[in-house]
Amino acid sequence: MIVAIASGKGGTGKTLVTAALAEVWPRPLVAVDLDVEAPNLHLFLHPRLSPPEDAVIEVPVADPARCTACGACVALCQYKAIALFGDFPTVFPDMCHGCGGCLKVCPSGALTPGSRVLGEIMDGRAGAIGFLMGRLRIGEALSPPLIRQVKARLAEGLAKTAGRVDALIDSPPGTSCPAVAAVSGADVVVLVTEPTPFGLHDLKLARHAFAALGVPVGVVINRAGTGERRVYDYCRASGLPILAEIPFERAIAAAYSRGETAIGVSPGLRDIFDVLAKTIRGLVVSVKERTAAHA
Amino acid sequence: MPEITVISGKGGTGKTTVTAAFVHLAGNAVLCDLDVDAPDLPLILRPTREVAVDFRAGHVAVIDPSRCNACGFCMDICRFGAIVAADGEYAVNPLACEGCKACVALCPAGAIDFPVRRCGRRYRSQTRFGPLIHAQLFPGAENSGLLVSELRREARELAVTTGRKIILSDGAPGIGCPVISSLTGTQLAVLVTEPTPSGRHDLERVAELTARFEVPAAVILNKADLGGPAAGAVREACAARGLPIIAEIPYDPGVTAAMVAGQTVTEAGIEAVAAPLRAAWSAILELTAARRAA
Ligand code: SF4
Ligand code: SF4
Ligand code: SF4
Ligand code: SF4
Repeated sequence: MIVAIASGKGGTGKTLVTAALAEVWPRPLVAVDLDVEAPNLHLFLHPRLSPPEDAVIEVPVADPARCTACGACVALCQYKAIALFGDFPTVFPDMCHGCGGCLKVCPSGALTPGSRVLGEIMDGRAGAIGFLMGRLRIGEALSPPLIRQVKARLAEGLAKTAGRVDALIDSPPGTSCPAVAAVSGADVVVLVTEPTPFGLHDLKLARHAFAALGVPVGVVINRAGTGERRVYDYCRASGLPILAEIPFERAIAAAYSRGETAIGVSPGLRDIFDVLAKTIRGLVVSVKERTAAHA
Repeated sequence: MPEITVISGKGGTGKTTVTAAFVHLAGNAVLCDLDVDAPDLPLILRPTREVAVDFRAGHVAVIDPSRCNACGFCMDICRFGAIVAADGEYAVNPLACEGCKACVALCPAGAIDFPVRRCGRRYRSQTRFGPLIHAQLFPGAENSGLLVSELRREARELAVTTGRKIILSDGAPGIGCPVISSLTGTQLAVLVTEPTPSGRHDLERVAELTARFEVPAAVILNKADLGGPAAGAVREACAARGLPIIAEIPYDPGVTAAMVAGQTVTEAGIEAVAAPLRAAWSAILELTAARRAA
């Protein structure tokens, strides 16, 4: 089972929820940080990490000696990553999306595959929890290709365990391409929000974005007790289940600032996350049963 | 003309709250919400929309079943897993399609169309503090960096035509393409962070980005009193990088109350928060003036 923890914007407590859930998760687990622009999960789970491995994307390298200046590559490239100056092809590797199209349309073999570093991938363990993360290189504009590579690594790992291991994904915030790249393929989406106008606005955006994935979506309300009730009204009116409420407590913020999860703050909080883990698993299982009943 | 952009490396640090207060304090700025994914500045500024236009960028592949001979070649071509096959029919998943055109150019049957994609909406609005340029990207849409660049261009034009002297932007979160577009050509980046290990980690990454693009930066430490040791670590990181901390703001429940009321914290008169923000705004004006004089 793959659980994506997401939110319409950052800072709602996505990482806090992911880290605490990982600590109480009742089955073997790998925790995955796909928020590759701002990966933070390791700061709270404290895994022992392998040395980083470069993740690369294929970009073309041009050989001016073989180029006939036919212009086919320039006409194809949608990202202005190749240009002809006079009769010389020039590649701007930073703008290339790695689609491979130019290499295929070049009639004279003047383009060969090279690479650009997107960032790094690390794996490791935090006690019994498996750990996997990607970190975008500073200055790199494209996070989705790195997200897809970390996901491919996850899929490889999960395939070996024959369904015995679950995955919890800390997703990038927002609803644009990085978030969709991270969340797609999950069995359930947990949206973390807060009871404020910002939280409500961003929750609406996220609900619309992730409803298209066709998997169950639930909400965790963080900093409950601050702000206003409209988030609750919205969830009720739109049939979004509220899976848990995490109260606002200075002790949680203090623990967080020490790099600790909320689990140790009080037995009550531990209970909240225990119940949340069960509720999330229940959402997925009930869908699977319903699907089985239809079949 | 100074362009000041408030960013954070991650969302939720209070970037929009800080920007809104500066909007109030500036009085005569062109305002810009560059977080096109989750634009929150309008929630406080409550704008009246004057102009709305479609944001079209890039293309999307669409297979015409009547021309497709189901050879499956496009599936081998596509590096983004966007071609799906069901019951021997091939189709494109628009959410996964990057619009790279490879399949369009290489389909042996010429069966793939390539229409322009509508990625979002752009708006020009009026607020009680001046004109606001903002946008909403559609879910899963790409080209957010391009949209950010368009908004900034429009803001500059508007500053010239309206005679406003400052462009004040609520930047995009993260360090990827929309943030890079938010920063290029900006005179000062204001980095909002919090006293947590993640706040520090994200601040260091975004500071490295501003250094890479040679954009001067200053830091605001929000909720400074909520984290003891982590606050110290943020201060040390700033000192090591030569980044000035222009304000430390305490946690105050009044901030959320002001947000609920659609007010900036300076309008709402939450002094514990408003006073350091006023000092920060003076510091920003000095930093940008100093830079122009240099
Ligand atoms: S691989 Fe694709 S994106 Fe890169 S240069 Fe070639 S055509 Fe352009
Ligand atoms: S397609 Fe090949 S031969 Fe034609 S311009 Fe590009 S690199 Fe040169
Ligand atoms: S390559 Fe063209 S003809 Fe072949 S399956 Fe794809 S769309 Fe159909
Ligand atoms: S345009 Fe590119 S990304 Fe889209 S379906 Fe075709 S090959 Fe895949």
